[in-house]
Amino acid sequence: MTYKYMLGDQTWTFSSLAELMARATPARSGDRLAGVIARSAEERAVAQMALAEVPLKQFLSEALVPYEDDEVTRLIMDEHDAAAFSAISHLTVGDFRNWLLSDMATPEVLAGVRAGITPEMAAAVSKIMRNQDLIMVAKKCHVVTAFRNTIGLPGHLSTRLQPNHPTDDVNGIAASILDGLLYGNGDAVIGINPATDNVAQAIKLMQLMDEVITQYEIPTQSCVLTHVTNTIECIEAGAPVDLVFQSIGGTEGTNSSFGFNIATLAEAQEAALSLKRGTVGNNVMYFETGQGSALSANAHHGLDQQTCEVRAYAVARKFSPLLVNTVVGFIGPEYLFDGKEIVRAGLEDHFCGKLLGLPMGCDVCYTNHAEADQNDMDNLLTLLGVAGCNFIMGIPGSDDIMLNYQTTSFHDALYIRRVLGSQPAPEFRDWLTRMQIMSDAERAVLADRLPEAFARSLKSLPPASGQH
Amino acid sequence: MSNEQNSVVENPWRRLREFTDARIGLGRAGVSLPTKELLEFQLAHARARDAVHLPLDLDATSAALAGLKLEWAAAPICLHSRAEDRMTYLQRPDLGRRINDASRELLKAQHGQLAAEYDLAIVVADGLSSCAVTENLVPFLQALNEKLSTDSASDWRIAPITLVTQGRVAVGDEVGELLNARCVMLLVGERPGLSSPDSLGLYLTWNPSVGLTDASRNCISNIRPAGLSYSEAARRAFYLLSEAKRLKLSGVNLKDRTQDDVVETIASSKNFLIS
Repeated sequence: MTYKYMLGDQTWTFSSLAELMARATPARSGDRLAGVIARSAEERAVAQMALAEVPLKQFLSEALVPYEDDEVTRLIMDEHDAAAFSAISHLTVGDFRNWLLSDMATPEVLAGVRAGITPEMAAAVSKIMRNQDLIMVAKKCHVVTAFRNTIGLPGHLSTRLQPNHPTDDVNGIAASILDGLLYGNGDAVIGINPATDNVAQAIKLMQLMDEVITQYEIPTQSCVLTHVTNTIECIEAGAPVDLVFQSIGGTEGTNSSFGFNIATLAEAQEAALSLKRGTVGNNVMYFETGQGSALSANAHHGLDQQTCEVRAYAVARKFSPLLVNTVVGFIGPEYLFDGKEIVRAGLEDHFCGKLLGLPMGCDVCYTNHAEADQNDMDNLLTLLGVAGCNFIMGIPGSDDIMLNYQTTSFHDALYIRRVLGSQPAPEFRDWLTRMQIMSDAERAVLADRLPEAFARSLKSLPPASGQH
Repeated sequence: MSNEQNSVVENPWRRLREFTDARIGLGRAGVSLPTKELLEFQLAHARARDAVHLPLDLDATSAALAGLKLEWAAAPICLHSRAEDRMTYLQRPDLGRRINDASRELLKAQHGQLAAEYDLAIVVADGLSSCAVTENLVPFLQALNEKLSTDSASDWRIAPITLVTQGRVAVGDEVGELLNARCVMLLVGERPGLSSPDSLGLYLTWNPSVGLTDASRNCISNIRPAGLSYSEAARRAFYLLSEAKRLKLSGVNLKDRTQDDVVETIASSKNFLIS
């Protein structure tokens, strides 16, 4: 359907809802690359006005990617909860923004309408929200998940400990794990991106983390970020799998290019649940997303990259994940050019994910060919902390020596805990105290002395040994 | 001064750096980075940024290539992609994958005077790190030439080397096609990491033509003194070249078996944290 907007004596025309959404999107390089960006600043502003007038109901009748061509569209349409939607079904996109910001939309009310909100509705309203609106509403959306600890409680911020090593050297990985634990990181997950991506290697790394978690009785979970089909094989081989990982996108074509479909994820979830390794909860999935993946796979169907991103959250939502991580600045400047675009995208992804009921975290990150630096990351980290982000990454000194990009450091996590008073997962906070890693875990005060259990491990090292 | 020193808490586990290049054991001022570590990070980032933005010095690179005293490296042909400048290059990967009209004309004109067919065209692109090219191109080519020139199995007719400014990986296929080469080897500055601003990448395509994807290419990554050594990179490149020539293909159907003897020598997860 065609959308028209009269402004003075000029009529602006948008040929479809997809085009209207794209033109209304705040500027970013990926939409320019795709050729869907607004052709002028004025067109963008007018598109936002036109989008604000679209009834939310319209998104249930005008699919942005054809229903018959795309299983993500079918998932969104078939599993839409009309009863939950009834509270907001009379609203336009513009009214929806007002309603979300209003005092009527309490955390309880927002949780009640979640299942009635489609990704496209969330994407649409985010396009007419300022950064502070995205923060304000996200803070009201509480999403709590659990496996061996409880993540996402209000006032809490967890970290994924990311101990990557360019050759998967076990002592190198163990060294980064130790560094992270001693800086109080790792309650969301200890998660390794393997350098060598095969089943045998994944099993070795799973065993490594399982042994560390068991020996030091750490209330956390592990994950090797390998392909979902590899993880299924690991489970069949008897490996200690806590969480199943997969990168997901917002169209069937994107997911095909990643080598899986929705049925694959269902199979993997079932396999992981059968292991019954969770102690306080059963959220066993860990998903990663990021704006630009659909365009990169040439499977964006003419949509803007942010709308594609939010559609991926429909896939995530089906599998009750423990963690959903938008890896916001990893993809490079052809999708998000600079710090301003990365910050905006991070806030959009976090808001849209939370609104849909997902346990959103963010890899606050950038590559060296993006126009961004540590100061931009400090800004986004602080804004996400205020918005109530469930988790961030923690890596030694911000430098991922395997993936060659920069993300938040162990130190950064303690910074945000101190300035905002954010707490680690309660079970993990107790462990930090018990192990004497922190002398005051509530205030993120580290102990002055090396904790006894870890001092013993370090003593067992041969003195001043050579290279391994 | 002593007060300042006391405000930094050092980490006794810093010695674990013998196991990893990760920035572990940095110590802390409160919970923040000590000044020394902060400034070292800034320097590493500055170097990575410079690697992306400093233009490749074509004159110096040409002179260094001439120093190899090889017929095909004596007079590099300088080309330019369709991305006019670095800002365009960074945002428009499609433009970096094609050479501009002037470069096409130049190649066509040159080709008229050159031999009918080559076994190999070597194409160099600045990519995302000019210093990767400046520092690693010549020593790598020297190591590779030792392999090619002593190959008893076949003679290698090598096209004049080309240098592409603002070029991405796929640009090699267009250049190779215009040079009428049966195989193209593209050498490109890779996306710089904080600890590795100078990684050179190598991509090999049999029967190059415009429009091929990564599925048609073989890749060797991280060629630099602190990464994959020149001699090892040359050994693997020569293996791939010989196999491509023998099988008349490249990409996913051409398996690199040069590492089969070294992978997975350690299957144990045993490490110092586990007693």
